[in-house]
Amino acid sequence: MTTAPMPTATVRRPSPLAEFWHYFRENRGAVTGLWVFAAFVLLALGADLVAPFDPAEQFREHALRPPAWAEGGLWTFPLGTDPLGRDMLSRLVHGARYSFFVGIVVVVLAASTGIVIGLLAGFAPTWLDTLIMRLMDVILAFPSLLLALVLVAILGPSLTNAMIAIAIVLQPHYVRLTRASVLAERSRDYVTAARVAGAGPVRLMFVTVLPNCLAPIIVQAALSFSTAILDAAALGFLGMGAQPPAPEWGTMLAEAREFILRAWWVVTFPGLAILVTVLAINLMGDGLRDALDPKLKRS
Amino acid sequence: MPLLQVRNLTVEFATAAGPFRAVDGVDLEVEPGEVLAIVGESGSGKSVAMLAVMGLLPWTATVSADELSFDGQDLRRLTPRARRRLVGKDMAMIFQEPMSSLNPCFTVGFQVEEVLAEHLRLDRRARHRRAIELLEQVGIPAPEERLAAFPHQLSGGMCQRVMIAIAIACRPRLLIADEPTTALDVTIQAQILALLADLQAETGMALILITHDMGVVAETARRVSVHYAGQKVEDQPVLELFERPRHPYTAALLAALPERATTRILPTIPGVVPGQHDRPAGCLFAPRCSRADQLCRTVPPPVLPPEQGRARCHHPLGSGAPEAAPAGAAPSGAPP
Amino acid sequence: MSAVVVEARGLGRDYRVGGGLLREGRVVHALAEASFSVEAGRTLAVVGESGCGKSTLARLVTMIEEPTSGRLEIDGIEARPQSWAKLRSRVQIVFQDPYGSLNPRQRVGAILAEPLVVNRRGGAGERAARVAALMDLVGLRPEHRERYPHMFSGGQRQRIAIARALVLEPRLLVLDEPVSALDVSIRSQILNLLIELQERLGLAYLFISHDLSVVRHVADAVMVMYLGRTVEAGPKEELFRRPRHPYSKALLSATPVADPRARPERIRLEGELPSPLAVPPGCPFAPRCWKVRAVCREVRPALEGDAHRVACHFPEEG
Repeated sequence: MTTAPMPTATVRRPSPLAEFWHYFRENRGAVTGLWVFAAFVLLALGADLVAPFDPAEQFREHALRPPAWAEGGLWTFPLGTDPLGRDMLSRLVHGARYSFFVGIVVVVLAASTGIVIGLLAGFAPTWLDTLIMRLMDVILAFPSLLLALVLVAILGPSLTNAMIAIAIVLQPHYVRLTRASVLAERSRDYVTAARVAGAGPVRLMFVTVLPNCLAPIIVQAALSFSTAILDAAALGFLGMGAQPPAPEWGTMLAEAREFILRAWWVVTFPGLAILVTVLAINLMGDGLRDALDPKLKRS
Repeated sequence: MPLLQVRNLTVEFATAAGPFRAVDGVDLEVEPGEVLAIVGESGSGKSVAMLAVMGLLPWTATVSADELSFDGQDLRRLTPRARRRLVGKDMAMIFQEPMSSLNPCFTVGFQVEEVLAEHLRLDRRARHRRAIELLEQVGIPAPEERLAAFPHQLSGGMCQRVMIAIAIACRPRLLIADEPTTALDVTIQAQILALLADLQAETGMALILITHDMGVVAETARRVSVHYAGQKVEDQPVLELFERPRHPYTAALLAALPERATTRILPTIPGVVPGQHDRPAGCLFAPRCSRADQLCRTVPPPVLPPEQGRARCHHPLGSGAPEAAPAGAAPSGAPP
Repeated sequence: MSAVVVEARGLGRDYRVGGGLLREGRVVHALAEASFSVEAGRTLAVVGESGCGKSTLARLVTMIEEPTSGRLEIDGIEARPQSWAKLRSRVQIVFQDPYGSLNPRQRVGAILAEPLVVNRRGGAGERAARVAALMDLVGLRPEHRERYPHMFSGGQRQRIAIARALVLEPRLLVLDEPVSALDVSIRSQILNLLIELQERLGLAYLFISHDLSVVRHVADAVMVMYLGRTVEAGPKEELFRRPRHPYSKALLSATPVADPRARPERIRLEGELPSPLAVPPGCPFAPRCWKVRAVCREVRPALEGDAHRVACHFPEEG
């Protein structure tokens, strides 16, 4: 047996994060989405610092000012003002905070309950599994907005209730995803090995199997974020979500309905904000899925 | 004139960790009607080399060769159209997993006739007749009924027979079989190998059999090419290879077979095959070779002439029988 | 005479397939009337192809499923679901696929410590010491403790799997094709490791394999199975030199021999492997046997003999 040291050409194996970034980076849309989303998060977190004015502050003399570059605009209000004289830019920036808040809460709520129910369904005996999945099918059969409306109508219109409603509606997706992963992983050898070692069902569910089901859940979480923002905006538009004077983008749209022709900027900018954010998140989610899917990996 | 002539074939993949050389300077020659076995373990690049010859590698692979010709045609310069006319017709390939090599959405008959339609342009009735003929030739009972069956209704052995039928449909001059029986049970494996041998004798086609099973090699092949870590390390007729292996890796491989064991503790080859990140500077086998010296570790070895088994070695084995154990090998296999 | 670690008498397992709320499913007899015993320090090899019931046997012996008939005893204690928890630590398993048998999200140290954690054995310090001792035993280095499974080769992963199986100090190891998925050069390393461990720790092995050359090397006794039933069983040398059941003979002759000069008399079996859903009456091997007669199709032969048992109406003479 040779004992002398071997001259080798060593190449460091990349860390899992570096490998993930390598695949993610190739999708230019996804990277753009990531930067936009990062900007959105920064704005949401630093809204107080970035916004020039308080979003509720009204400047009656400057009501309905057009954006700065248009005729009659002022650079103090770069994106113009709304009918009550509130600065559009500040409202939009604070609206990011609302949307971000909504996205996070909804996703966390939907994902945590969905994952637990999905784990239960995956490990449960057939009759319980069937019961759970039929219940989820019923929830999915409702148009999400309709269900949210009903819930909000019962519980009362407010952003909190809107978030609960959206979370309930989004939750079956997580149940399905988790259950599918659990069913696939449950028959793998390492789970059997844990059983042979004496692991009980709770440990099997949360410690053994769950960490291996996370990839599709992460992707779904990213895409749910955008769905949550859209749904919250829709509810806000219908007057069932955040109530005025909250600068939530959907609520802003509702208030601006009558000004579509007269003052286009009051309607367009919140709409654009929603569009750009949702698009960015969807692009990023697509890229995440491609990068996390082991079948698409090449090395 | 050799049917398949490959010289200095190199395949590199672009991976997240940099370029990876899966096949490194491989030479291969197959005469018409010859049965060649390519032997190697995981990481030897044997499958990748054949996929490169067939042109079936993904875009991340860079294929280069000094010569790569089939029946006089230069495979490197083929247009995709010309390649499609060649592959599947004169050169065919069957793979390891028969159950997943067939499209689960279409019947067996559809898939067999697809090849006939594509390459031979037969009409419907002629295709049907030929399909039944082919299924009979590969030993499938009641071929008429099987044509309407879906792949999931067939067993592994049956699926592999169907794959073989599709492969020989256009009477290829060369059939490449990539571990065709590894996923099958022993008695079915014997059937499939016998079938391949019979077909080869009947049609006179050349057969390249890729495998890691030395038993299969001994029984089926006439010439053997041994691959290690992307390189060809030995190339000899089968009798000579088993009785007088020239390369230490071949000898160690033969010695490690349980059926050749004389002691309860088996001789082993310590260490592991070099991967992407730890390729030695000199001979790739040197870290695991009991005969390696400073020359082996620093200078890549030359390819020796045919009398010495075309071994890629500085110190090939002499005319002795395969060694029982590489001298000084740790019996329980030292940790890598 | 070493102590008998595991004894099975008439073990059987049936599955119900395709049943629903309104329909009776069909019964699959995956395993029937399996009887054997393994002593400490000895290896019983179970040989057979797809559908023979060897995987079911493994699941019964490792107490993942309950047998529908028969009796299983481990260290003299009957294995019923009530006693499983107590007996778990005495039987452990090593799987075929080194890539699927380790949790990809757990580091090696955690994988090895898990059986101890689950069974609440010892404090953190004791666990760490045991893990270190096991890693050394199977030839792993201490720095491997913090790595994930995908960073190891197939052979190394199998070593980790073996170490994990030994954590609870079992008396019996069920080895389900432990080297079939490994390269030839690694196979001998792992086989040597298993042989050494058996000698050092006095383990009993239930070695399931379809590779007869490996079986010949490691086994003391062999059991040949076909379609859920034992067709032949006996000491290794006996069975290999004088196989009495036609199926054993066919199996042996079908195994390729790594010697180009040997031209064995190849028995070519016709037909496909049977499905356990459609077990023929009479001898299960009758549809493919070359010496089949009328009685074979009607009456199922019983397993007869003492040391070398065979279930055939017309067994081969050696």
